[in-house]
Amino acid sequence: MPDFTPVLLRRLGKAGGQSLDSYRADGGYRALAKALNDMSPAQVGETVKAAGLRGRGGAGFPTGVKWTFLPKDHPGPIYLCVNADESEPCTFNNRILQEEDPHQVLEGILLASYATRASTAYIYLRYEYGKSYRVLQKAIDELYENNLLGRNILGKDFSLDVYLHRGAGAYICGEETGLIESLEGKRGWPRIKPPFPAVEGAFRKPTVVNNIETLACVTHIIDRGADWFKSIGVPADPKNPRDAGSYGPKLYCISGHVNKPGCVELPLGVTVRELIDKHGGGVWKGRKAKGCIPGGISMGLMTEAEFDTPLDFNGPGKVGCLGLGTAAVTVFDETTSIVDVLYNICRFFAHESCGQCTPCREGTGWMYKIMERMRSGQGRLEDLQILDEVAKNIGIMPGTTICGLADGAGWPVKNAIAKFRPELEECIRKGPTLAVSRPLQAVHA
Amino acid sequence: MATVYVNDKPVDIGTERLNLVQAAGKAGVFIPHYCWHPALSVVASCRMCLVEVGEKKPDGTVAMQPRVVPACQTPAKDGTIVITSSPKARFAQEQTLESLLLNHPLDCPVCDKAGECLLQDYSFRFGRATSRMIDPKNQPPNKDYIGEHITLFADRCILCSRCVRFTREISGTAELQVISRGHHSEIDIFPGEPVNNKLAGNVVDICPVGALCSKDFLYKQRVWFLRSQKSVCPDCSTGCSIDIDHNKDIVYRLRPRENPLAQGHFMCDEGRFNYPYINSAARIFLPSQRGSNGQAGDIWQHVLSSLRRDLRAAAQRDGSSVAAVLSPFLTCEEAYLLARLMKGLSPDARLYLGHVPVHGEDDRYPKDRKGRPIEPVKFTIRAEKCPNRRGVEAILRHFDGEVRDFGQALHAAGEGRIKALYLTAGYSPRAGAWITAEQTKNLQAVPLLIVQDLLATPASALAHYVLPAASFAEKDGTFVNHAGLAQAIRWAVRPAQTERTDGQVFLDLLERRGLVHTPTLRKELAAEVAYFAPLAGDLGELGIMLT
Ligand SMILES: Cc1cc2nc3c(=O)[nH]c(=O)nc-3n(C[C@H](O)[C@H](O)[C@H](O)COP(=O)(O)O)c2cc1C
Ligand code: SF4
Ligand code: SF4
Ligand code: SF4
Ligand code: FES
Repeated sequence: MPDFTPVLLRRLGKAGGQSLDSYRADGGYRALAKALNDMSPAQVGETVKAAGLRGRGGAGFPTGVKWTFLPKDHPGPIYLCVNADESEPCTFNNRILQEEDPHQVLEGILLASYATRASTAYIYLRYEYGKSYRVLQKAIDELYENNLLGRNILGKDFSLDVYLHRGAGAYICGEETGLIESLEGKRGWPRIKPPFPAVEGAFRKPTVVNNIETLACVTHIIDRGADWFKSIGVPADPKNPRDAGSYGPKLYCISGHVNKPGCVELPLGVTVRELIDKHGGGVWKGRKAKGCIPGGISMGLMTEAEFDTPLDFNGPGKVGCLGLGTAAVTVFDETTSIVDVLYNICRFFAHESCGQCTPCREGTGWMYKIMERMRSGQGRLEDLQILDEVAKNIGIMPGTTICGLADGAGWPVKNAIAKFRPELEECIRKGPTLAVSRPLQAVHA
Repeated sequence: MATVYVNDKPVDIGTERLNLVQAAGKAGVFIPHYCWHPALSVVASCRMCLVEVGEKKPDGTVAMQPRVVPACQTPAKDGTIVITSSPKARFAQEQTLESLLLNHPLDCPVCDKAGECLLQDYSFRFGRATSRMIDPKNQPPNKDYIGEHITLFADRCILCSRCVRFTREISGTAELQVISRGHHSEIDIFPGEPVNNKLAGNVVDICPVGALCSKDFLYKQRVWFLRSQKSVCPDCSTGCSIDIDHNKDIVYRLRPRENPLAQGHFMCDEGRFNYPYINSAARIFLPSQRGSNGQAGDIWQHVLSSLRRDLRAAAQRDGSSVAAVLSPFLTCEEAYLLARLMKGLSPDARLYLGHVPVHGEDDRYPKDRKGRPIEPVKFTIRAEKCPNRRGVEAILRHFDGEVRDFGQALHAAGEGRIKALYLTAGYSPRAGAWITAEQTKNLQAVPLLIVQDLLATPASALAHYVLPAASFAEKDGTFVNHAGLAQAIRWAVRPAQTERTDGQVFLDLLERRGLVHTPTLRKELAAEVAYFAPLAGDLGELGIMLT
């Protein structure tokens, strides 16, 4: 892959780079001026659609298409919810964007609001992100002072208010309807659909939910055009009419047993192996990798043999993973017990299930208890059968739950059983010695 | 016209807006469900109602959805296909049931709900009776503080959230909530705010399992010993349809019986918990005549023949000085018999309506957090605390062309214009005292005072004849509620051996032979009083609207 000049992270580490002046000096809010002066809201939406931008929040839904689901000629208000909850384990790309270049994100919010005719944008921020909160709030204040937020922005017929809302530390509030409920001051219980948020979302008004990174991409799409965006990444497979392509830059998070954990920006489509070896400094301590979590733990598990899989919207699915997810790769080395990995994952989902759907509430709890027992050396071979059955039957894909948390909870379990069965069986047979080898350090719920 | 295919059986659902649980019900197929309740919002979270769904296109082709879907959340449309019994649907239902049993204590032998528990029933019909979990079960603490009348066995809860939605959507008081997450989720209250609203008891009925229990009923009876009788609550003019649950002539609890024409699905706690007086030892069990203690022989025969004689003598002296007060706790049939009795003594005999207890104003639900009712109204506890004012008034109008109220009766008695007064009462304690000490003074001048009541009052202390009355749970008849809905009440328990129902006493005084047979009496009433004409046949379970 030819060398790639970062787009989203181009201002990373710049001293004072978070200020409005600094951002403007680097060409900031040029895209906004262009949109407000020369483009209709529909044209902004069309450009984003033409760019083939797909949501970076995990589901990969085409952003421009999502915006068209809003009712036409709605009297308003329409809301934009900016998903900055970023609670998928091992994922920290939103955080870097928020902390390092808040105006890039806010410009995207302004553009998206203009395109969708939203009059208010709520940024739902993960509670634990204290620095993000301070930096974003300062940037918002600056915008109000400079007529870039509030009434008649840049003297045009476009007004927007942005509110920064801190969550209370629940993973489920990253799910878009859980987010909306929580924003409304209720318990973060995802809603049943229909109605979809675009029709009835926050405060029962049409609402668009987009991820921070998605919106940061919008800024550059309007600035540089759809064709530029499409020149990056992996084009759609012409033989597959359902493939919407994997265009644009992506922030990849690398963590776990590597020498150089961190966040890098690359065109979509980099392979796991390249990511680890070239950008993550290789597996630590001279060891070999056993496998990885390819895009947040909801996406399942990959074995070392599968590391040549490209991390685009199609790649992980080809090796049985759920999808690209958040493109956050967590590597575990050959000494790591897969029982420990699974234990940690199951503990996370049992803790984070919101608890309304029976299959998810009870299934995640059960899987956790089984793993806890297995880890302490009392696993039974039939537990694998039970785990597999539960994992395959909870989620929106089998149709048994309201939201996708359950799919994410099941996926790593069924991947582990499919891909690491011999090791699991060996752990069960050998008892506790192997199973409680060493807690997995990289995965913390 | 819309046709839905339930397990291949076509069923016409007309133009009704139904979900698939309801549509399948029309085809006689029961889809198990927990979280869905017809009076509450749809949350589709318990996943008990999972079925396979497809669509039969107009061209006859069939397209099935690849995943199972919750029937409660899916609207029935023309051509909708529902499959409840395929291996896939059955597996999904089994899986939900096994999940629900994972952390369930399965303490059925000591659980109040056993026998009417939907977890038992569905596990038996749709699931397996055990779970495969060998790990320790979660044991959340029980919460006796949850309400004055209700207690929570948190470990039995299946988190269907019906109770939470009830307090948010029906009572509006919003005391209940879910706390914690995942498999540690629990029902609880906001600290210091127990569920003491006047509709609170309903959460026990709608709880599908033995989690929310009634403190009043707890450990009194195994439900399979109980018989249910369909009746009507007498405690306000809403006239909620109820079931009287009883065993061996003792009433153990009252439960609402769904009736869209009356109150809907629920009942209030004032009515629900106001039954112990039925079993009270303080009831008047025997007739008595002042100054004639220790009569040998049948006391009833003695008292009634003596009373008959006294009434006739009074009527002969001056027909217009003979009067009766018809309590709004009498059934229509009883009121009719008493009116006939009085008019038989003399066409000039006066009839009055008994005291109509009114407490404050109608109490409407849901309420907002400040206690103000909000639209649309979903439940009303009426200020008028009696069941049959409208029915008795119709009788009075038929015989006298007008309704004279209790105040007029007292006034006439106080002025000495009434020489013989037959006072029926039978008020439930909820209605409060039907006569004050002050009012009782007006009765002192009445030479012949007959009081028929459940419990002793200052009036009965003054009476020359005291007759026992029967409670609503001991008699058959008709009540007409505030809106003109005529509903049948049916006896559930027998009055004490020495007692006769009010209607029987009237029949005996009328010297009509035999026992009270309500259908016959109702037919007679319908034939004679135009207002009641629609009641000639069967009233059915829901009753008949009179205009
Ligand atoms: C359990 C769960 C957690 C999620 N957490 C997040 C999150 O933290 N951040 C996020 O952007 N999207 C999250 N999502 C995805 C959102 O539901 C939604 O698809 C996304 O915010 C849409 O934005 P996008 O189209 O810009 O990707 C989550 C989804 C699920 C099912
Ligand atoms: S799937 Fe799990 S997290 Fe999602 S709504 Fe259901 S119980 Fe909550
Ligand atoms: S207490 Fe009963 S009604 Fe309430 S959520 Fe639990 S099972 Fe449902
Ligand atoms: S609302 Fe009236 S009729 Fe209904 S239960 Fe309460 S007192 Fe009885
Ligand atoms: S009854 Fe349908 S999901 Fe609960």
